[in-house]
Amino acid sequence: MAVESIESPGSERVHNAAAAALPERRFQTVRRFVRHRLALAGAIYIVIVVLVSFPLAPVVAPLSPIRGNLKEVGVPPSRDHLLGTDLNGRDLWSRIVYGGRISMSVGLVAVAIYLSIGTVLGSLAGYYGGKVDMIIMRLTDIVMSFPTLIILISVVAIVGPGLQNTMLAIGLINWTSIARLVRGQILAIREMDFITAAESIGVARRRIIIRHVGPNIVAPLVVAASFGVAGAILTEAGLSFLGLGVQAPTPSWGTMINEAKSIHIIQQMIWLWIPPGMMITTCVLSINFIGDGLRDALDPRMLVR
Amino acid sequence: MQTYLLRRIALALPVLLGITVVTFAFTELAPGDAVSSMVLSQLDETQELQLDMEALRARYGLDRPAPVRYASWLQSILTGNLGKRLITREDVSNAIGRRLPATLQLMVTSGLIALFGGIALGIFSAVRQYSWADYFFTVFVFTGISIPNFFAAIVVLYIFAVNMRWLPTSGYSTVTLTDAGFFTTFFDRLKYMILPAGVLAIEGMATYMRYTRASMLEVLRTDYVTVARSKGLRERMVVYKHAFRNAILPVITIAGLQIPGLFGGALIIETIFDWPGLGRLYLDGVSARDYPLIMSLVLMSAVLIVLSNLLADLAYAVADPRIRYQ
Repeated sequence: MAVESIESPGSERVHNAAAAALPERRFQTVRRFVRHRLALAGAIYIVIVVLVSFPLAPVVAPLSPIRGNLKEVGVPPSRDHLLGTDLNGRDLWSRIVYGGRISMSVGLVAVAIYLSIGTVLGSLAGYYGGKVDMIIMRLTDIVMSFPTLIILISVVAIVGPGLQNTMLAIGLINWTSIARLVRGQILAIREMDFITAAESIGVARRRIIIRHVGPNIVAPLVVAASFGVAGAILTEAGLSFLGLGVQAPTPSWGTMINEAKSIHIIQQMIWLWIPPGMMITTCVLSINFIGDGLRDALDPRMLVR
Repeated sequence: MQTYLLRRIALALPVLLGITVVTFAFTELAPGDAVSSMVLSQLDETQELQLDMEALRARYGLDRPAPVRYASWLQSILTGNLGKRLITREDVSNAIGRRLPATLQLMVTSGLIALFGGIALGIFSAVRQYSWADYFFTVFVFTGISIPNFFAAIVVLYIFAVNMRWLPTSGYSTVTLTDAGFFTTFFDRLKYMILPAGVLAIEGMATYMRYTRASMLEVLRTDYVTVARSKGLRERMVVYKHAFRNAILPVITIAGLQIPGLFGGALIIETIFDWPGLGRLYLDGVSARDYPLIMSLVLMSAVLIVLSNLLADLAYAVADPRIRYQ
């Protein structure tokens, strides 16, 4: 069991075979997800991070993450300041805790935006085909040709940096892979007999898309969305690290590492950059584990066949 | 093959045109134009200044309607004229030409490390599925795609450059080193490149490994591999001669998809290691709102990506004869 849970990319086939052999069972999805131990560990970790950074933040981090004490600048970790203070005398533990809000919000909001755009465009292209498909897919090709970070930076240069613009920009640019995924799924599902049946009894196209095709593309979308949240968190961190995303004094993990610019700080004040870096890495890692577990559990390939 | 090639190129053309439209639209959406960027923002836009600005706009042809300006811009970039930088008035193509070699060196080196390292380790992992090495590399894959490259960069900088002092912290070559022999110069450059290229290769290597391993495992389960084994072929022969060729196909597609990420990664890595490449030129351009420079670089990266995707597709067609008859 442990063996299978660590196994990642090639395991779909194994699960496929196992799933095909078994009769349909309730909670099978949940059980397979739990069996994927790393995914479960990741899910628990993310739940803790979300709990600590949202409702519990004022309790666990009573000091202000924004206002610093200029008498305590760059203090190493101590009893008063669990993770020390930064160059503006702000408590780093508080900034880490409240920074979780930023990362999680950016991840969820940006993905929600691009999931909607991608799903709508992908369904239109996949279902209507012909000219609509042609135009949407060329548009997708065009947007995909721009390297994400490069285009994000020039968008931010135009609309200005900040939390909202960062979320919006990531959301408005990254829909392409979702559109392709949805289109591909629809093209595969469209050929299936139950769609032909619905068409032959005169069900309206819109209704076919929403009621019959829709449920069948949810599973791969959930998987793509979970990997997407991880990607969006990384993108925000990178943008903020360059000073073009979330702006200080708002605490963002990327912005915090941005302070470790000189060799002197990297060497002498490791408490400035190690904790935020570890937080980004562990959170993204956990979400990737969740995505991997979800993929094995929901097994999108099953749906296509 | 020829038909496939032509059709694939025909598909790329509208995309290239679309890229120029999007790039041009960006300059249109940007607040202010070249003229107002040239005039210091602190100045009040008095009547006189307004008139001067109008005159300047007319002089640079900015008073014409957008489609007309797009057409003339397209014409000039097609003839290789990328315009001039706003403040220094230097030719954009010169500025890019000066920085391009360093970026190419960084991107190509790390791209090759990622590709060959990833494929080699992916095969190694697949052949020894469920061994401790396989677990170790699976952990590496997940960490590699999860760690932000700037954090990885600072970590290796801290360990290898700051603490152990094995490698330089930043830069491209030793400034004081001049007129040295070929090998001295080569090893000097190499020393500066190890950390940036290594860090930039992590993500790609993890991705290639992941796909190579998955695809290799799938191929190793196919009937023809079983046949090859039952014929009594040596395992090495089966893996490298029979399985590898088919397993490598999806990796070619992945290689095409990796390139956009390499651009963004190079930008961040160049900032950290003070690498004199296009990434830093781009960031300088962004902070100065130097639109001719920004747009040229955005356009260039997008065109390079389209071309490399085209190349990946063609490589796929060469490697897989079936694709040509579709």
